[in-house]
Amino acid sequence: MSDLADLYQQTILEHNRRPRNFKKLEPADRSAEGNNPLCGDHLTVYLRLDDDVIKEIGFQGSGCAISTASASLMTAAVAGKSKTEAERLFHDFHEMVTGGPDAPADPRVLGKLAAFAGVRQFPARVKCASLSWHTLHAALAGAAQPVSTE
Amino acid sequence: MNRRGELLLDEYEKLLGPRTKIVAVVHVSNSLGTINPIGEMVRLAHAKGIPVLVDGAQAAPHLPIDVQALGCDFYTVSGHKMFGPTGIGLLYGRADRLEALPPYQGGGDMIRSVTFAKTTFAPIPAKFEAGTPHIAGAIGLGAAIDYLGGLDREALAIHEQDLLRYATDRLSALPGVRVIGTAGHKASVVSFTVEGVHAHDVGTIVDQEGVAIRTGHHCTQPVMDFFGLPATARASFAFYNTRADVDALVAAVEKVQQVFGA
Repeated sequence: MSDLADLYQQTILEHNRRPRNFKKLEPADRSAEGNNPLCGDHLTVYLRLDDDVIKEIGFQGSGCAISTASASLMTAAVAGKSKTEAERLFHDFHEMVTGGPDAPADPRVLGKLAAFAGVRQFPARVKCASLSWHTLHAALAGAAQPVSTE
Repeated sequence: MNRRGELLLDEYEKLLGPRTKIVAVVHVSNSLGTINPIGEMVRLAHAKGIPVLVDGAQAAPHLPIDVQALGCDFYTVSGHKMFGPTGIGLLYGRADRLEALPPYQGGGDMIRSVTFAKTTFAPIPAKFEAGTPHIAGAIGLGAAIDYLGGLDREALAIHEQDLLRYATDRLSALPGVRVIGTAGHKASVVSFTVEGVHAHDVGTIVDQEGVAIRTGHHCTQPVMDFFGLPATARASFAFYNTRADVDALVAAVEKVQQVFGA
């Protein structure tokens, strides 16, 4: 039996209520759009880069608590990180939310992102948690087309 | 439509012009539950020589359907909405309309004769049934239609209307819960929002509480835009539901509010 308290952790509820870095960066060095048309979630991620380092990051959009909190915590986690470090976090986050019950959710590696470990019990919600990360990845890669996790 | 989600017939009539090829309309709105005034809509369209296609996917499980009384040219239903199999449905068409239409697909059984000089198609409905059909699905759909046809639809409709009223009253009484779609003439479908909580989060939590509802934009994004909403949660009651099911839904929505501290 999957547990609601594992999914809706206080960290997630709090970031949903008060998303961090919820702003458009003007001008931004990079931006990318993420859309999940079936569920209606959409967001845009904005980046200011200093060489390879994410100097500033913002996002705007609309979605459920899981996608909003994930975007908020993602921006907090990658601000100040290099592209390589951000991509590594994405990889570890993705492994955690798509893995089996024993997938690693090491708070020493993932920090507050470990709050999303409960998502793997709710397969229908994995796409909500991962949308902002795929959008970040697209922004870092300079992708022109909107991304989707559906 | 107006803010209750009722179609405005006078506005509809203004849309019917010389460039109108066909009217395509839902019998019952999947997102709001509104039952549209099909008979009157057909009369207005036919007065201008415009054919009407009615999507009855949401009507067939709730209402007895008499296509001749409605007067429409085409009527469609979906098997899985009638307690039947997925991946199969029905298209009703008036014989003269179907005869006038070309086949949309070629294949076995839709041909009367073929020579180098000339191809003649089979009569309707075989003309539209090329190739090996979904035999198992058709048998299942037939059984579902027989089952529905054997029930006292009038009595079931009264029961469903009672569930609709009860669910509307109980959900509306919860603080922060708003029922979307309050037409005077509705099927037993209740769309609602919970203040401060996205519909998908509502859906996940009530699911955990053992209540299955639909959430999202219901593929009716323009309707969501009209109400200024990204999505709604929607409970759809069938004749087998009871007031206890409504109570379970209401308790589950209260759980949503508890989780979110709303």
